Amino acid sequence: MGFGFLMDPTFRLVATGSALIGAVGGVLGTFALLRRQSLLGDAMSHAALPGIVLAFLLTGSRDLPLLLVGASLSAWLGALLVVLITHRSRIRPDAALGLVLSVFFGIGMALLTVAQRRPTAAQAGLERFLFGQAAVMLPQDVEGIARTAALIFLLIFLFWKEFKVLAFDPAFAAAMGLPVMALDILLTTLTVLAIALGLQAVGVVLTSAVLVAPAAAARQWTNRLERMVILAGGLGALSGVLGTLLSTWIGRLPTGPVIALCASGIALFSLLFAPRRGLAWTVKSPGGKRRAGPSG
Amino acid sequence: MAPFLFARREPPAPGAGPVIEVTDLTVMYGDRPVLWDVDWEVPAGVLMAVVGPNGAGKTTLLRTILGLVRPVAGSIAVFGRPPAEARRWIAYVPQRTAVDWDFPATVLDVVLMGRYRHLGWVRRPGAQDRERALEALAQVGMVHLAHRQIGQLSVGQQQRVFVARALAQDAWLYLMDEPFAGVDATTEQALIEVLRGLKAAGRTVIVVHHDLQTVPLYFDWVTLLNVRCVAWGPVTAVFTADYLRQTYGERASILSG
Repeated sequence: MGFGFLMDPTFRLVATGSALIGAVGGVLGTFALLRRQSLLGDAMSHAALPGIVLAFLLTGSRDLPLLLVGASLSAWLGALLVVLITHRSRIRPDAALGLVLSVFFGIGMALLTVAQRRPTAAQAGLERFLFGQAAVMLPQDVEGIARTAALIFLLIFLFWKEFKVLAFDPAFAAAMGLPVMALDILLTTLTVLAIALGLQAVGVVLTSAVLVAPAAAARQWTNRLERMVILAGGLGALSGVLGTLLSTWIGRLPTGPVIALCASGIALFSLLFAPRRGLAWTVKSPGGKRRAGPSG
Repeated sequence: MAPFLFARREPPAPGAGPVIEVTDLTVMYGDRPVLWDVDWEVPAGVLMAVVGPNGAGKTTLLRTILGLVRPVAGSIAVFGRPPAEARRWIAYVPQRTAVDWDFPATVLDVVLMGRYRHLGWVRRPGAQDRERALEALAQVGMVHLAHRQIGQLSVGQQQRVFVARALAQDAWLYLMDEPFAGVDATTEQALIEVLRGLKAAGRTVIVVHHDLQTVPLYFDWVTLLNVRCVAWGPVTAVFTADYLRQTYGERASILSG
C-alpha cells in the first residue's frame, strides 16, 4: 500500500481534527491528572452518551454541534452528581464515580436502542459516538474543533497562575481570596468541552485515554508544570496524527481506538523508560519521601 | 460567596486594636461540634502557640479565621472586619501533608505563589516578585535550592518552603498549621528565628504547635484548646499544670516534671 493518502485532503482534515482533539485532551488532562480527577474524566465521557442520544431524540437532528451540546450538558450533570453524592452522603468518591459512570452509560445505551428504531437513526450515525469515527469529520466540524480549542487554550493562558495554585494547593488559593469554586467550575467546564470534542473522534468509551495518557506520559519527562502542559498537548496531538495515519494506512481500522492505543503506547513507553522516573531505572532508587501525618 | 478581594496593590496597614476577636464561636462537622462556644482575643504583635490534643479543632480554628469554614454560631472579626475581607492581611501556612509534593514545580514556583495576591488577575509574576520570593527563601536558608523540584525535598525543607511562601505574602497576620511537624532541630531553630523576626517587625503570628516542652521557649502567648477554649493569654499566666490538665486530661503530667 502506498502513501498517496498523505496528500489526500480528507486525510489531512481528519489528521488536523484529531491532532487538535489530542492537544486539547493532553492540556486539560494534565490538570485532571494533577488534581487526581482522571477518573472524573472517564465518568464524564461515559455520562455524555445519554445527552447525545436525547438531543437526537428530542430534535431529530443529526447536527453535530447540537449533539455535542447535549453531550456537554449530560457530562456536566454527571460531574455535578459525583460532587453532590460525595458531599451529601457517606458514599466514597470512587464509588460515586463508578455509580454515575455505569448509570449514565446504561441509560445512554438503553436510549440508543430506542433511537435505533427511528428511520433516521442510521443516518445520524449515533453508534459512532461509542468508539468514535474520526474518518467522517467534515470541514465545518474541524473548524468548530479549532475554534473551541483556541478558546480553551486562551482561557488556560489567561488564568494560568490561578489554575496552577488551584491544582497544587486549593486551601492556600482559597485563603488568599481566590474564588476557588468558580475556578473549579471553569476548569471542569473546559474539561467537559475537551471531552465533547473527543467524543466524535474517539467515542465515549475511550475519550478518557486521550485525556489521561498524554498527561501521564508528559509527567515522566519534566518537573515543571509549564513544560508538562505543552508536552502533554504535543503528545496528544502526536497520538491524533499517528492514530489517523495508522488507521488509514492499514485500512479498515477504526480511527478512535487506534488514537487511544497510540496515546497509551506513548504513556507506557514513558512510564518505563523516561529518565529518572521511568520504572526501568527506578528499581534501585531510595523511593519517595511522602509521608502521612496527623491532622489537628 | 464572599466578596472577592484579590487586590492589585499592597493593601493599607490594618488599624489598631486586637487582631482577632472571636465571640461565642461554634463550628460543627455534621452533628459533631469541632469548636464549641469559643471566646478568644488575640492582641497585635504576639507570637502565639495554639495547643491541644488531636481533634481539638486547632486546624478548624485557623480555617474559620480565614473564612474557609462557616461557623454555625458566633462572630469573628479580623482586624475589625469579617474574615473574607481581612484575607489580604493574612498569610497562611497549611499543613505540609495537605499537598502532593510530587507536583511538577520548583521551590521558587511554590514561593512565587505567595506573590499571586499582589498581582491580580492575568498578570504574571515579574522581576520584583522573583526578588521578593528569593529574599523569602534566603530568610529560611533555602535560596540555594530555589530551582530544585519540590519532590526532592526533605520534610524540613518542605516546611521551610511553605513558610517562605507565607513570608512572600507580606502579611500582618501569619497563621501556621504545624510548621514544626516532622522537622529536624536545625530547621526548627531556623524557623523559630524567622517567627521571632516577624514578631520584632510588629507582625502577629499564630502557630498550631504539638510540642508542649518548647512552648515556653518559643512563644510569649498561648491558647489551650480542646473543642472549648480552655485558656488563652501570656505563657507565664496560663501555661499552668492546672489548665493543661483541663485541656489534655491527666496525661498532662508530662509537663509537671
